[in-house]
Amino acid sequence: MSAGQPPFDSPEIRRLSPVIGPGYTYGSVTDKISAIVLTRPTSLGWYVGFLIAFSVMGMMTVAIGWLIIKGTGIWGINIPIGWGFAIVNFVWWIGIGHAGTLISAILFLLNQKWRTSINRFAEAMTLFAVACAGIFPLIHTGRPWLAFYMMPYPSTMGLWPQFRSPLIWDVFAVSTYGTVSLMFWFVGLIPDLATLRDRSIRKPLQIIYGLLSLGWRGSARHWHRYQSAYLLLAGLATPLVLSVHTVVSFDFAIAIVPGWHTTIFPPYFVAGAIYSGFAMVLTIAIPLRKAYALEDFITMRHLDNMAKVMLATGLIVAYGYFFEFFLSLYSGNKFDVFLVQQRLHGPYAPFYFALILSNILVPQLLWSYKVRHNVVVLFLMSIVVNIGMWLERFVIVVISLTRDFVPSAWGRYSPTFWDWATLIGTMGMFATLLFLFVRVLPAISIAEMRELVAETSEEEK
Amino acid sequence: MDGMREREQHEHMEGRHDHDDPAGDAKLQDGPMDLAAVRAKLESKTGKQYWRTLEELAGDPQFEELLHREFPRQAPSDWDNSVDRRDFLKLMAASLAFAGLSGCGRTPEQYLVPYVKQPDGLTLGRPQFYATAMPFGADAIGLLVESHEGRPTKIEGNPDHPSSLGATNVFAQASVLNLYDPDRAQTVTKFGEIQTWSLFVESAQALAAEMKGDGGARFRILSGIVTSPTLAGQIQSLLTTFPKAKWHQWEPAVGDGTREGAKLAFGSYLNTVYRPEKADVILSLDSDFLGSGPGHIPYAKKFSRRRKLNGPDDTMNRLYAVEPTPSVTGATADHRLPLRASEVELFARALAAKLGLGGSVTLPGGAEKWLDTVAKDLQEHKGVSLVAAGEQQPAEVHALAHAINAALGNVGTTLYYTEPVEAHPVNHLESLAELCADIEAGKVETLLILGGNPVYTAPHDFDFGSKIALDKTTKQKKVRTTIHVSSHFDETSELCDWHVAESHYLETWGDARAFDGTVGVIQPLIAPLYHTHSLRAVLAAFSDQSGVSDYDAVRANSEAMGQRLFPRSSPEPGSFERFWRKSLHDGVVAGSAFAPLAATLKFGPASLPTSKPAPANEMEFIFRPDPCVYDGRFANNGWLQELPKPVTKLTWDNAALVSPKTAEDLKVAHNVAWRGGEHGKVYSNVIDIRLSDSKVTAAAWIVPGQADDTVVLPLGYGRKRAGYTGTNKGFNAYAVRTSGALWAAFAPSSAIRKTGEEYPLACTQYHFNMEGRQILATGTLEEYRKNPNFANEHAELPPQELSLYNGEAEFPYHRDKWAMAIDLNKCNGCNACVVACQSENNIPVVGKEQVMRGREMHWIRIDRYYQKSVKSPTNDPSSYDVSLFNPPTFFQPVPCQQCENAPCEQVCPVGATVHSAEGLNDMVYNRCVGTRYCSNNCPYKVRRFNFLRFQDWETPQLKLLRNPEVTVRSRGVMEKCTYCVQRINDARIESEKLNAPIHDGAIVTACEQACPTEAIVFGNANDKDSRVAKLKAQQRNYTLLGELNTRPRTTYLAAVRNPNPELESA
Repeated sequence: MSAGQPPFDSPEIRRLSPVIGPGYTYGSVTDKISAIVLTRPTSLGWYVGFLIAFSVMGMMTVAIGWLIIKGTGIWGINIPIGWGFAIVNFVWWIGIGHAGTLISAILFLLNQKWRTSINRFAEAMTLFAVACAGIFPLIHTGRPWLAFYMMPYPSTMGLWPQFRSPLIWDVFAVSTYGTVSLMFWFVGLIPDLATLRDRSIRKPLQIIYGLLSLGWRGSARHWHRYQSAYLLLAGLATPLVLSVHTVVSFDFAIAIVPGWHTTIFPPYFVAGAIYSGFAMVLTIAIPLRKAYALEDFITMRHLDNMAKVMLATGLIVAYGYFFEFFLSLYSGNKFDVFLVQQRLHGPYAPFYFALILSNILVPQLLWSYKVRHNVVVLFLMSIVVNIGMWLERFVIVVISLTRDFVPSAWGRYSPTFWDWATLIGTMGMFATLLFLFVRVLPAISIAEMRELVAETSEEEK
Repeated sequence: MDGMREREQHEHMEGRHDHDDPAGDAKLQDGPMDLAAVRAKLESKTGKQYWRTLEELAGDPQFEELLHREFPRQAPSDWDNSVDRRDFLKLMAASLAFAGLSGCGRTPEQYLVPYVKQPDGLTLGRPQFYATAMPFGADAIGLLVESHEGRPTKIEGNPDHPSSLGATNVFAQASVLNLYDPDRAQTVTKFGEIQTWSLFVESAQALAAEMKGDGGARFRILSGIVTSPTLAGQIQSLLTTFPKAKWHQWEPAVGDGTREGAKLAFGSYLNTVYRPEKADVILSLDSDFLGSGPGHIPYAKKFSRRRKLNGPDDTMNRLYAVEPTPSVTGATADHRLPLRASEVELFARALAAKLGLGGSVTLPGGAEKWLDTVAKDLQEHKGVSLVAAGEQQPAEVHALAHAINAALGNVGTTLYYTEPVEAHPVNHLESLAELCADIEAGKVETLLILGGNPVYTAPHDFDFGSKIALDKTTKQKKVRTTIHVSSHFDETSELCDWHVAESHYLETWGDARAFDGTVGVIQPLIAPLYHTHSLRAVLAAFSDQSGVSDYDAVRANSEAMGQRLFPRSSPEPGSFERFWRKSLHDGVVAGSAFAPLAATLKFGPASLPTSKPAPANEMEFIFRPDPCVYDGRFANNGWLQELPKPVTKLTWDNAALVSPKTAEDLKVAHNVAWRGGEHGKVYSNVIDIRLSDSKVTAAAWIVPGQADDTVVLPLGYGRKRAGYTGTNKGFNAYAVRTSGALWAAFAPSSAIRKTGEEYPLACTQYHFNMEGRQILATGTLEEYRKNPNFANEHAELPPQELSLYNGEAEFPYHRDKWAMAIDLNKCNGCNACVVACQSENNIPVVGKEQVMRGREMHWIRIDRYYQKSVKSPTNDPSSYDVSLFNPPTFFQPVPCQQCENAPCEQVCPVGATVHSAEGLNDMVYNRCVGTRYCSNNCPYKVRRFNFLRFQDWETPQLKLLRNPEVTVRSRGVMEKCTYCVQRINDARIESEKLNAPIHDGAIVTACEQACPTEAIVFGNANDKDSRVAKLKAQQRNYTLLGELNTRPRTTYLAAVRNPNPELESA
């Protein structure tokens, strides 16, 4: 750290708790993280948790199977509400999938050291969230087996997708984001996979990790190339963090539906995505550090920083809400003005107020140092924000559609059992993947932690 | 014939039956069987194609018939229970012996074989049109039926027929679905067991022989209204054979008031025909003459022609309506006064008094000003005014209407009288009462019920079921033999001994008179699908003419009529053949309309006894035929069940209709459900209605504009045995309908009890407020004259020059530019277009559950809006919202708007909805993956999505129904109105063959063709002389949601009402 450091016992330094606990060496870091995968016996808790998550994912499989057998009519959608839970969930999951890449790429480029211990599982979470999100655009179509029509493939009919449609932009944005995130995550994993290969004592594991580590030997040349690749990928992923949700917001902003057709949507969606993404990272990090005693690696400093990011993005979102309202009223467009009235007084008004409460009012508590350092409150708050962000998408997608231009066509929406089963089922899938991830891969980057040990020990010298 | 698709004459239609049935087969069916001939036939037949399995042989109806004859005792109807070895062997031997016969029957098509000899006039793939007629009450609607390779698929109106003038109504449109209804009765049954037609004929002959003894004194025939000269002739000839037999009639949804009113006024039954085209001022006394009743299609057409506005200088007629519950006519009226049904008579008496015809009555409430104005307006328009009385109103109202019309000098100008259209007009209630009394008195041994469903429809106190049913305790039956002829095995069939499946009108020869007396020939489009027979054939079975075919009977009758109509001392040879063929081709027998009669009024309103005043403090319960299922006969018709009723927009159910104030008094309310909501599902309070010792449980529904303290109980629902579609839908209003109060009953409000339950109703449009948006532009004639551009005054149209695209300069439409204009001034919300579209475009029925989720599939919907803030005409300061008391009602048909700048096209990711070179938004079904983005982005919400597999792909009958020119959509695909693109392409092919442009009117969309009021006009907007271009050039023309810059091809012409300024200022 710089020379102008405040005295050791000053409040500033007390607040800046370290990004890694004291007394760690290269060996102890490696031991501690690799032990979760290799040596520590799998706990009963893991089995129970995995079983529950897997059963919930099974429910999703049943729900999707039934959907393919019967058709989208098993959901609550109708005319005029053509998009329901499926699109709400898609936008929500994609939003959650923002934090990982943001932490890995943008904070990496900004040289924020505290990202190190959370980037691995945040990236994993991104991938899993994108996987969950990716299910929905596919299954929400009336004929999912023909969804490949949305890909530009050389068909004998010479047909292309209709490139003016934001849904096509979505296909490219989401698939690009998913691919780059996967590459970024995998490249970051290579040194750790090699560590696991070297440390595992069972032959099959050695072979699997050996194959995955792509012949990593830790030579200087390897490290050199690795770091260039990582940096390049970080540079590549950074604009994607901003572009994905911008493109997703175009699904709405391009349409003419009052409540969708707003130019503020791109920045507002990106902020919302980061907001919900960090909330989800907190939701996962807090139990994870507790379960695997990783408090020294994921310290209060991390939690504090994430809470601050949440507070900042939450304020941007609040700004978005305000201006959405203001612009609707200021425009004088009767349909937009009516929409504002509907949000406040319509049949779905309670949802709107619940959204304001959970996305704007409750997070204001994060101004308080005590709240930011109370792990339980932080955990609960992250869940409230997750729900709030889901409600936001519900309000935008569904409620805007219930009452648009022609009053004779107004309707209402309520989800069916299968809507819920699919939503909760994807949470099960998300949790299942996370359980598998912490069991078979190092949840914290060993290589980067070792780097951190080196850097902190240098500073102490 | 302009505007019609090419209609081809089928010269050989007459001989159709004979060609279809091999001679030997006909022998089997009609005459006693000659076993020797069969054996001879068998011997002559060899080869494997004659039978495949024993089971199939055994199931063959021809074969069964033989068995029943060969082994009358050994092969009883319960043969599958106890078949001993000998019987079994006999049966099997018989099966083998008669194996070769199976080739003679009607077997399903197995091979796809092209015609070896192409029938005359038929080009494969080109539809043919045949003229026929649909009998309906005291009317018959002349039709042209589209036939694809022998399958009737679509009903159109016959422009040459006076009851149609080219248009149709919902019943005619939907009747083709009745033909293919899989629940139709398919054969003759006795006690529920399948019998053969010849066994029935034998039994009938035996009965007839037995009845000959006493002259048929114990023989009764019960039918509905008969307007068919041939059928009536058959009945008359039977009554000649059995002089003591009696013919009773019962038509549940047509009141006796029309008949008895004429008798009261003129001393004899007379038929009234209106000429609305000649009337400047029309008063409807609870008459729905634009929406139901004989002649309503031409009435609506002629009425709306008088509301055509080409410019501010044009004039309009004026319609006043007095009615208890909003009807299509009332909703179209310029002034509407809600009065209880029982008060309409008071109003008629008061009007007669005002016009100086005698009598004096005080009107309830403050309706006097209304009455004064109407009376004055009528008096100012002597000879060009018209007073029409409603079918459900009592005889007195009709007699008063006749007297008023006579006093106003309208007879001969705006209306005329003819001899009755009904072959045998009687008082139906008395007729049925007499029959019931005779049965009770044990005077009836044989009862032949021709059509209808009296067990379901007869007044509750007649308890008709017990008259014909087997008494469970005494094991006795009051009528020894009961025979029911009907299309479905229904509530009545269940209790009758014999049931004969009735042929559909598209399957049989016949004739029927229209409302003005014109005889239309009913020409079959297809040989009977099942073992069904016409009413005439059943009657003939009792006579010595049982072998005469329907065709011969109708032809003979026509010949007799022709000779009467065009008497010639020595007819030239072949002249009848020409006359007959022309009648078949035109669908009408030329010159058969009744001539106007000079009727002398033998009645003065003063001579009317003072009517019994309606109990003031009691609720009035009135019975009305349902606008969709009518009296219940269409209960199993999915198109009609799913059709939103014109005013209430309810589907699949009837409901007890009450006014907002009465609902408040009764504490009943609606509760919009979360699933489906305003566009689907509304919970309503359930009420028990106890009338005359009987109870019915109904869902209440609030109807703005209904008279207070009046409950409307629509008939036709609550069927116990209608079929898969119609059974147990809604409540049965007949259950509380008694002979003493056939149309209106009175009871204290304690007769209604809230049960506390809620019932989900499927309502497709619950929101009736325009929310201050200009969705439906309306104005008065005065406003229109002052400012002809009023419809576009408030539209915030975006400046076209700001567009990045150059519009049509960049993408010009060189040849055709299809467009539609809908004149809201003419539309009366009758729904004919909706069913026509469903029929033309293979639109599936989704069922109540799916409608309640907001997923009905109609490509064209009719939105109904109420105009707000209107004064109560009685100026009665009441506690409830005055705007709901009597709100002006408007209808707006909404098909796809075919936007030039279509929001749907831009967002489809796969290019499944694209702009055609002629400017249509085409749907490419096989490209659609079903993202529903297009529907979300459609501001008009006209797109319909196949959320589930809504089409029935299995039922073989329904496969015959489909229009082969329109894709049958699978699930997961978006669909919408195409402007009937198949018809456009049809015309395009023709025009390219001729190398000539498509002339205006060559393409008629299904909705336009069905529309009785000519409200919908389709054509080429590039052709400045086309009707549509001229309409669009009018100042009344406006676009729906024009501010969105979607630039729709469908535009609307603002509705203009012609209110009386004197009433307006009040």
